[in-house]
Amino acid sequence: MSLPDAEHLLVVLADQIRPRVGADTALVGLHTGGVWLAQRLHALLGLAQPAGSLDVSFYRDDYAKRGLARDTRSSALPFEVEGRHLILVDDVLHTGRTVRAALNELFDYGRPLRVELAVLVDRGGRELPVAPTYCAATLDLPPGQRVKLAQDGDTLSLRLTGS
Amino acid sequence: MARNPQLNRHGELQHLLTTEGLPRDVITRILDTAEPFTVVAEREVKKLPLLRGKSVFNLFFENSTRTRTTFEIAAKRLSADVINLNIATSSTNKGETLLDTVDNLAAMQADMFVVRHASSGAPYLIAQHLEATGRDHIHVINAGDGRHAHPTQGLLDMYTIRHYKRDFTQLSVAVVGDILHSRVARSQIHALTTLGVPDLRAIAPKTLLPADIDRLGCRVFHDMAEGLRGVDVVMMLRLQNERMQGSLLPSPQEYFKFFGLTQEKLALAKPDAIVLHPGPMNRGVEIDSAVADGKQAVILPQVTFGIAVRMAVMAMLAGSTT
Repeated sequence: MSLPDAEHLLVVLADQIRPRVGADTALVGLHTGGVWLAQRLHALLGLAQPAGSLDVSFYRDDYAKRGLARDTRSSALPFEVEGRHLILVDDVLHTGRTVRAALNELFDYGRPLRVELAVLVDRGGRELPVAPTYCAATLDLPPGQRVKLAQDGDTLSLRLTGS
Repeated sequence: MARNPQLNRHGELQHLLTTEGLPRDVITRILDTAEPFTVVAEREVKKLPLLRGKSVFNLFFENSTRTRTTFEIAAKRLSADVINLNIATSSTNKGETLLDTVDNLAAMQADMFVVRHASSGAPYLIAQHLEATGRDHIHVINAGDGRHAHPTQGLLDMYTIRHYKRDFTQLSVAVVGDILHSRVARSQIHALTTLGVPDLRAIAPKTLLPADIDRLGCRVFHDMAEGLRGVDVVMMLRLQNERMQGSLLPSPQEYFKFFGLTQEKLALAKPDAIVLHPGPMNRGVEIDSAVADGKQAVILPQVTFGIAVRMAVMAMLAGSTT
């Protein structure tokens, strides 16, 4: 199957978010694809607040089964979370478990005013009651199929991977 | 070849007993894993859910306030329930054997034992016993056994060195002081050689060096001025008065004169050399206050990094697949 162009979806997503941005808005990218996206969105939207990043490895619900990921990175939120409008940014929304983990981690930094979710692609297959606030495209993929964002130089693209 | 008792059949960390024979990639992975944990300490909520519902037993057969406290903080920041047992003052005094104590605590659904013992090999004995009796879901961390090993101290020292100096394969490192009685020194030396330090030096009086020092891969110096020349890292050790038998030393004053680290002696090392000490310090015996409080000392960062390193070890153990 042919996948949509990630660079085009990025512009679509930025257009969706732009009218809702305020002085207090900050983006929080989820490792790894979400961090690339958040950086690009940050530039497109010209936000005052720097973009943050979360690695939710320490909050994943499959830690007891699968252990810690090998390349766990530090989360970095270079702003006060308390009272802020935050937009979680991820490349692909699938089961919703990563978003659950991210929300748990976020609240350990403080109490945000509002948290929204922006994704490039919603591929279905939800296992938790999670819905995106902003979404550039929906894909209907069979359960075994996975799609993820890749970065080649400065260019983002979507790729299919095996199960 | 027998399986490394610290690793499970997938090559993951099962117990942490010593840095000796610990593969380089496992050490590096512990240090890498510790890094994001240092960030957690600066947050509003200094807790992570990784060990939620797990019970960590601090089994201290030998007194230690600092090490026990840092393990306790590490486990609590991972949301574990922590039970502290000072066995020096309890059931072994009533005649219970080490393994009976362990069996009783295992029956209380322990998930992890942090063990400090005056006898070398006690944590290894516990780990073997647990595996022989089919309870390999319980993990053991050595928090210091006799003169043998203190692996989390050795690892937090490696974390500290890497934090300031980045590349181990370019370093000159001196371990200074009472190496004979020091499990810390052994854990440091094994980790430093595994990480590829090309110039490793042991500086001590003859009476405070173990007989096998040559086999550990150190160049031996009996003179501070000679041994400290040009080093990047100075690792001081505590003079272990309580482990001294007989008269290995004339007096603390005389020891300070020859082997105490002063500004003058430190000036022989590289200008950006760092000074480590595992604590508790004997000021005016192995280290001068001007050095301990000086800008080259990284002794308090060691304590902070120690919590992150212990969190990393616990998180890796609890997440290993049996």
